[in-house]
Amino acid sequence: MPIARSKLLVLQVLVAVFAIIFWHIVTNYPVFSDVKTMKFFFSTPIDVFTRVIRMFADGSVYKHLWITLVETILAFVIGASLGIVIGFWFARKPLVAAVFDPYVKMMNALPRVVLAPIFALWFGLGIWSKVWLGVTLVFFIVFFNVYQGVREVPQVVLANARMLGMNERQLLRHVYWPAALAWVFSSLHTSVGFAVVGAVVGEYLGSAAGLGYLIHQAEGVFDVTGVFAGMVILMMFVMLIDAIVTVIEKPLLVWKPGETRTV
Amino acid sequence: MTKAVELAGVSVAYGLAGGGRYEAVQPVDLSVRDGEFVALLGPTGCGKSTLLNIAAGLMPPSSGQCDIFGQKLSGLNAKAGYLFQQDALMPWKTAQDNVAIGLEVTGVSRAEALARTQVMLTKVGLGAFGDRYPHQLSGGQRKRVALAQVLIREPKILLMDEPFGPLDAQTRLIMSELLLDLWQQDRKAVMFVTHDLDEAIALSDRVVVMSAGPKSRFIGEFEVNLPRPRDIAEVRSEPAFHRLHADIWSCLREEVRKTYGLAGKGAA
Repeated sequence: MPIARSKLLVLQVLVAVFAIIFWHIVTNYPVFSDVKTMKFFFSTPIDVFTRVIRMFADGSVYKHLWITLVETILAFVIGASLGIVIGFWFARKPLVAAVFDPYVKMMNALPRVVLAPIFALWFGLGIWSKVWLGVTLVFFIVFFNVYQGVREVPQVVLANARMLGMNERQLLRHVYWPAALAWVFSSLHTSVGFAVVGAVVGEYLGSAAGLGYLIHQAEGVFDVTGVFAGMVILMMFVMLIDAIVTVIEKPLLVWKPGETRTV
Repeated sequence: MTKAVELAGVSVAYGLAGGGRYEAVQPVDLSVRDGEFVALLGPTGCGKSTLLNIAAGLMPPSSGQCDIFGQKLSGLNAKAGYLFQQDALMPWKTAQDNVAIGLEVTGVSRAEALARTQVMLTKVGLGAFGDRYPHQLSGGQRKRVALAQVLIREPKILLMDEPFGPLDAQTRLIMSELLLDLWQQDRKAVMFVTHDLDEAIALSDRVVVMSAGPKSRFIGEFEVNLPRPRDIAEVRSEPAFHRLHADIWSCLREEVRKTYGLAGKGAA
């Protein structure tokens, strides 16, 4: 049974309200432990909220937001482009794919966090070490999707396109390319999310600006309010980017079954 | 009359993974005259679609030769249009773009391609559906788009692989009517693969019956002398239709039973 939108929204907001009230009570009243200790470890919702407001009010957060945004966008664009090109190449040249297969698996199996220090060494503490960390994450998602997308074009669609007189170049443009793009778009949320992860983790492990840097700085001085405020801003940042992705992908996936909704 | 398609001594065999060969179709001869509608009838898995793919140039025969209008076929058959059993439309293109692309790849300008597409879509009864994507159309409508996609290139030969197989009975009748109607206006050579006896007789000039696979071969050939133009619904009530039906069925029955491992076990 479909749930009414308004009812769902109310329930969703209620979850947040209860969580915040719970947080407020346990940090302002001696429920589990004395108030001072609880405040040290968990801060309070009101403190975190006022800190977030202050960071926006005095404008100190915008620089960091901007840096993380630039890193995210660069990581996504570079990672996705490489993923599309190499995914296409591998899918059309089975020999290349077979030769590189074990290496691709090895690279993908490597937890990317361990690359952060080496990237910092190679690319410095500026944005590029973060961008490349994000690229290593985004690349594999897009690469696997494009590879799959190109290889899984239904044989009958391919045969039909050839019978319609398409040459290799036209097949690439009218059949393989749209099929691959469809898979890229269907993984857009995941890959953009990973671009953010790459940027923030990179900043966290060594940088002079960005949301990850903010959180790391606050942790360094046991400023729990600062850590939570940084996390709240990061969450808002991710949700905003996700919303933008949703708006972008909508017209691009209109041809997909199940993607059109009647409101 | 010129022969549009001529299969001479064409056979199909596959190498098996464990060595050895699987002989799917024994050498067969088949010719389709220009403007003739030939139905290829046989039980499931007898290799009729394979013969169609050979005529389309989608696969080479293991032996023998395929001539198209007197010329040996090598590579894809550019004179043929192929209507597939499965959905073969590009899902990311609208109905209109799916049809127009067949002209555009040959260098026709987009504007002209779209204008001719609109005419063709109207002919198949989808004039108002050009901007729909395949998933927004019903199975029958998708078949109409596929038919328009094939016909707009004005092929000299139509190859059809159980094109109406996935449709429900009523839609099949309507589609058969549409096909005959369009074919009547511009007679092309047709190779129509089907396992539906009624459909084969109602549509074609000649029915060729294939035996069950493996090693399938032609086991019967029947001229259909029903008058044209035909009305699909009415032609089925003519005595000539019933006589043919009985003749072909007696030829086909044993083969169908073989497919299900029932050969020779009592009456059907």
